[in-house]
Amino acid sequence: MKRLLLASALALSASAALAQDVVRIGTEGAYPPYNFLDDSGEIAGFERELGDEMCRRAQLTCEWVTNEWDSIIPNLVSGNYDVIMAGMSITDERDEVIDFTQNYYPPTASAYAAPSAEADIQGGVVSAQAATIQAAHVATTGATLQEYATPEETVAAVRNGEADAVFADYDFLAPIVANSGGELQFVGDRVPLGGGIGAGVRESDTALRDQLDAAIQAMKDDGSVNELLAKWFPGETVPSF
Amino acid sequence: MCADPSTLSDALWFLCYLTTGKHLGFYASFGTVLLLLLVTAPAALLLGFGGAMLARSRVAPLSWIGKAYILLVRGIPDIVFFLFFVIALDQGFEYLRHRLLCPDWDQPVRQGNDFVVCDIAKLPLSSSPQWMHEVYGFFLAVLTFAIVFGAFAGNVLFGAMRAVPRGQMETAEAYGMTHRQAFWRVLVPQMWVYALPGLSNLWMVLIKASPLLFLLGVEDIVYWARDLGGSKTPQFTDFPHGDWRMWYFLFLLVFYLAFTRVSEIVLDRLMRRFTHGQAVAGGEAQRKAAMAGPA
Repeated sequence: MKRLLLASALALSASAALAQDVVRIGTEGAYPPYNFLDDSGEIAGFERELGDEMCRRAQLTCEWVTNEWDSIIPNLVSGNYDVIMAGMSITDERDEVIDFTQNYYPPTASAYAAPSAEADIQGGVVSAQAATIQAAHVATTGATLQEYATPEETVAAVRNGEADAVFADYDFLAPIVANSGGELQFVGDRVPLGGGIGAGVRESDTALRDQLDAAIQAMKDDGSVNELLAKWFPGETVPSF
Repeated sequence: MCADPSTLSDALWFLCYLTTGKHLGFYASFGTVLLLLLVTAPAALLLGFGGAMLARSRVAPLSWIGKAYILLVRGIPDIVFFLFFVIALDQGFEYLRHRLLCPDWDQPVRQGNDFVVCDIAKLPLSSSPQWMHEVYGFFLAVLTFAIVFGAFAGNVLFGAMRAVPRGQMETAEAYGMTHRQAFWRVLVPQMWVYALPGLSNLWMVLIKASPLLFLLGVEDIVYWARDLGGSKTPQFTDFPHGDWRMWYFLFLLVFYLAFTRVSEIVLDRLMRRFTHGQAVAGGEAQRKAAMAGPA
């Protein structure tokens, strides 16, 4: 009897703990407008706002943490946080290691930016962030791939002449090109890559994935994802569902 | 005042810019690095001392353990330690807690790529505040640094213990001291003069290795310098600027140079103290200088 009581007390406390469970979201914090640190050092951006709303609808308490892009998947599978929202495109390679929710950012194009329209994007040196779909794509072209750990460095490489062009998400480059005062411009055609951006979770965390998936679906249905997209990605081509 | 920086004069703009929350984080991270060094150095010295004592033990298995620690850790590339070992250490702790706290758990801990332990075995608990996660990360960093540098320190101390002239120990034994007494009263006080050059090298290397913290997920000065220095576009900040990484890293260079210079001065003083009255060239020179001076 005593044991039974104890067991039920334990079960109760366990479910109570579950109700106020904290879901930790890992992001890079260096990829505006998707995610970045604002002036006060807080994580901000499209994914922050979308993620907070997603957590509110899924009734989860979410905590944001930053992690290097390079080790963002190993730290997820070893349990240091539970979700990745870091502008991570859904690809088959990544899907083998982790699971994704449905995309909250539609499949869009990646683009080349360079100092001049004559930049040789097919045979020259092209910079891209390591372990991204853009880096994988450059490797399949005739260009020499120059990889960097952070998005910022890929752009800096073009500015200081280490690379002829940078290849990255169009929406990451757009504000940079717009504010470069003519120093940088888009070159060549845009390249559609990946299956959009989704939230990554551990493969064993199917319950969490379904929960987040439902919240994203609800946000798509009532148009709030589109609102956020319009807020964070203004310009000639606003991504939308 | 800082609400609309674009209207400010240069001096005020910089005043606002250098006091943003992000910059305060940057300044605080200097404290993190100094704290790491202050905690790690004694911890590594302690580990090294233990390793050296084990290595000289007359009990063969103990001596093997000490020698294996020194040899293995010195031989393994640092990058392996800082990338692989920390995740393994973290998982090791969680696995132990998992076995202790959740004996009824029936699912495997390894599920494909995933490492899954029960919720209450997580370290720290995922419900604990962020600062506890940071403290835990810092603790893992200190432990890793201490293990790596402890092995090097162990090797230095092992050599230093053997460098103390054999006659000193023989004399101690002739006075009837036990082996333990001779070790603590005669050998240990005299070995520092031989150990210090090697240890001071290690200290310098440790200072310069502190940016490895960044690999361990601790937001250290290099992390902030890289983030703050990167070019900022007006949409995402009140303080847009170009690529200023050079200035931030220049500041780090000055910091590290100043820090190593201060260390050198302190270590020189220490050396003079340890040499005093010792039967080494430095001690002999001190003795002669003292005799030549006014009595």
